[in-house]
Order: sequence, then structure tokens, then C-alpha cells
Amino acid sequence: MIRQNEKDAVKRLSKAIEAAVSGPVRIMEVCGTHTMSIFRHGIRSLLPGKIELVSGPGCPVCVTSQEDIDRMIALSSLKDVTVATFGDLVRVPGSGKSLAQARAEGADVQIVYSPSDALDMALKNRHKKVVFLGVGFETTAPTVAATLLQARAAKTDNFFVYSCHKLMPPALDALFEHTDAKVDGLICPGHVSTIIGASAYEPIVRRFGLPCVVAGFEPLDILTAILLLVRQHSKGEARVENCYERAVSQKGNERARALMYKVFEPKGARWRGLGEIDESGLSIRDEFSNLDAEKRFEIKTCESEEPKGCMCGQIIRAEATPPDCPLFGKRCTPATPVGPCMVSSEGTCSAYFRYGNHA
Amino acid sequence: MCLAVPMEVIETRGSEDDFLDPPVAVVEAQGTRATVRLDIVDRMPGPGDYVIVHAGFAIHTLSKEEAEKSLELFDEMAERA
Ligand code: SF4
Repeated sequence: MIRQNEKDAVKRLSKAIEAAVSGPVRIMEVCGTHTMSIFRHGIRSLLPGKIELVSGPGCPVCVTSQEDIDRMIALSSLKDVTVATFGDLVRVPGSGKSLAQARAEGADVQIVYSPSDALDMALKNRHKKVVFLGVGFETTAPTVAATLLQARAAKTDNFFVYSCHKLMPPALDALFEHTDAKVDGLICPGHVSTIIGASAYEPIVRRFGLPCVVAGFEPLDILTAILLLVRQHSKGEARVENCYERAVSQKGNERARALMYKVFEPKGARWRGLGEIDESGLSIRDEFSNLDAEKRFEIKTCESEEPKGCMCGQIIRAEATPPDCPLFGKRCTPATPVGPCMVSSEGTCSAYFRYGNHA
Repeated sequence: MCLAVPMEVIETRGSEDDFLDPPVAVVEAQGTRATVRLDIVDRMPGPGDYVIVHAGFAIHTLSKEEAEKSLELFDEMAERA
């Protein structure tokens, strides 16, 4: 019953999209989880040829700057330091080596599923200095903030965070203000929006006249979002619509945001592909400086250099797609990644490679 | 990195403002149980509610009715895979 219902719904949506589209439409899915889902479910095959889907700057590992990658790897080689990180980061090539290579050379690099697991590790191994690598957007930063508050309450002296957290709205602003990214609408992230709320995209609608639709991760969610975007585009409208109401409210999760800003404050941050963007990162407030790896360790690195020939920057700016990169599928594969977009499961190159669009 | 499947809350423990011993929920989805933190969830869930989980923390509470609609879809996805 359900199965038939859903198939019918997919068909109905595809038909409705076909009917609504007038000219060519270029839609950006901002978030890496959407990129993955679009490939996994073959969404492109359900769309008329006039609709082009491009990926945006929403893969946290991919937008982490080469300098930050190098500093995280340098941290792993300090005496008595254990680096705890989400798995996606481990194989990202630094200017010299990756965390995986550092581990093979003896560094203690542990993969955790949650920042609170990293704190547990510190509490159980008091002789170790555990540094959690804080990479992620508004969805992840509150989880790290809660962990830092717990660390302070527990009076730990061996748990630290290296914060590379980034904020999505300033990056979208910078992308449409300073680059040639030309799109007709945005599929806005699902769980970043759970935290920041659908209303966070109002300024983008106003400034750039871009239709914005917040979407969940299922095929029906994504098709619905595309339909709404195409309809707005065809009518020459631009507004925020939310088709993920079961997880995203207008205002978002104020409790999580309050906690996040209790621990972090906005500061300028460097993004791969987008450069330095004002107030687009989160640094740990002075009040928590004893937990801030940046302040507690002397991190020395050589000059950072992005991998030669890698086009991740252009891909993040939606100026290129992976097949445009001469290394794609040749020297650069998920087994031998040259850039972060091939490493992260949310990276555009990895998604193109895994789902066979590299013919 | 986003886990899309809402998880059912079986029980909750701990109080809201205790940073040392933060509130948690035992949750279940598709036969798997886990304990997730409730420090940052938008509203405290009770047994029978559903939560969306990110990196070991619940980030959003859904009522049973809200969740069921999406769960039907997820079951369907699983079947088809
Ligand atoms: S295919 Fe590899 S080298 Fe080319 S842009 Fe993607 S990650 Fe970089």
C-alpha cells in the first residue's frame, strides 16, 4: 500500500515538475547530505533535462581550509596528544601528510561518533591530552558547545577543542556576492535549518532574489522542494518555503543556539574555495580558553599548499563539476583521494564517483 | 553526516540544567538502541516521542504523529534497497 502510494507520489511530483518548468533552471543543493541523497536515489533521472542540479558549499570537511587541515595534523604529532575526530577528516590530504598517515607514523588519532565520546576518552585517560577536531556547521557546533560545558563542569584539564566550526548564512552571502555562482534557487539544508530556522534565509531571498526551499533528505522531500523552486522561478517569485516542517520551524532551535553562543563567538574564518569570510566561523570564547586547543598548544606548520591540480575550490563555488577535473577518476579516487571533496562521504567528487557519473 | 531517521524515545533520565550529568534519552530505531544527549534538543521529549539525532545529541523532538508520517516513508525506502 505504502510502497504504491509513494511511487505514485514520485510520479505525480515528476509530472508536476515537468509541467511547471518553462526555461532552464539551475538549482543548488547547499548541503552535502542532499548531494548524497540526490545521487543515491537517482533524483536526476526523474527530472526534465532543463533542470540542472549543482552542489554548494555544504560539506564541512570540504570547505575546511588547507591551513586548518595542516594545523590539525600538526596537533596530532604533539607529545601525549590524542586527536579525536569524525571519521571523514582522517584521510584528507594535508600539505605534507594526512591524519591517517600521521597515525601510521605513530600519532594517536581516534575516530569518534560524538564529541561527548571524545570527552569520555579524556575522562578515562587522564594522562592523555585529548583534542577534539571541531568541524561542522550550525548542527554540529551546539553538540560541541554542550560537550565543552560538560568538560568545564567536570573540571577536566585534559580535554580541548580545535574549533573550525562554520556558519552557513555568511558563506551563502559570500558565494552570491563575490563569485560568479549563478543559480535560480536553493535547496536549503535540512538539519542546519533545524537549528537556525527557515527564517534565516530571508536575508538571502531579499538580497539576491533567490527562491529558497528548506527540504528533508528523502526523495519525496527533495522532489517537493524542486517543484516549489521551479514554480517560484517560473512565476518570477522569490521567497522562503519550508517543506521539512516535521524537523524545521520558522525560528529554529533557540535552545541549541543559546548554548552555542554561550561557548562560541562569531569570527572571521577561511574557507576552501571561498577565502576569508567575516563572521563566518565560531571561535571559543575567552571564558573557555583553557579548553581551546588553539590557545593551549603551540601549533607549528609549514606553508600550506592546496593539492596541485585539485579543483575542489571551483566545485565548492559551483563553477565546475567533478568531471571537469583532469584528476577525477584517474589519479583521484576514493581509494587515492587528492582533495577533500573526494574523501568526505558528503563531498561532490565522492558522490559523482560512487554513483557512476564518471563515464 | 546527517542521520535522517527519527528515533523513538523509550525513556529519559537526568535533569535539564545539570551540565555534569546531562539529561539523556534511550532511543530506538529499526531495532537498534542508543543513548543520546538531550542538552540541546528544542523541547524535552517523553517516552513515545521521536527525536532527530546528530552526533549523539537529539536536536529536534517530533510527536508520534509527525514522526509516523516520515517513518512510513523510511520503511518503504529500506524495503526497496
Ligand atoms: S576529483 Fe579530486 S583532485 Fe579533482 S577536484 Fe575532486 S577532489 Fe580535487
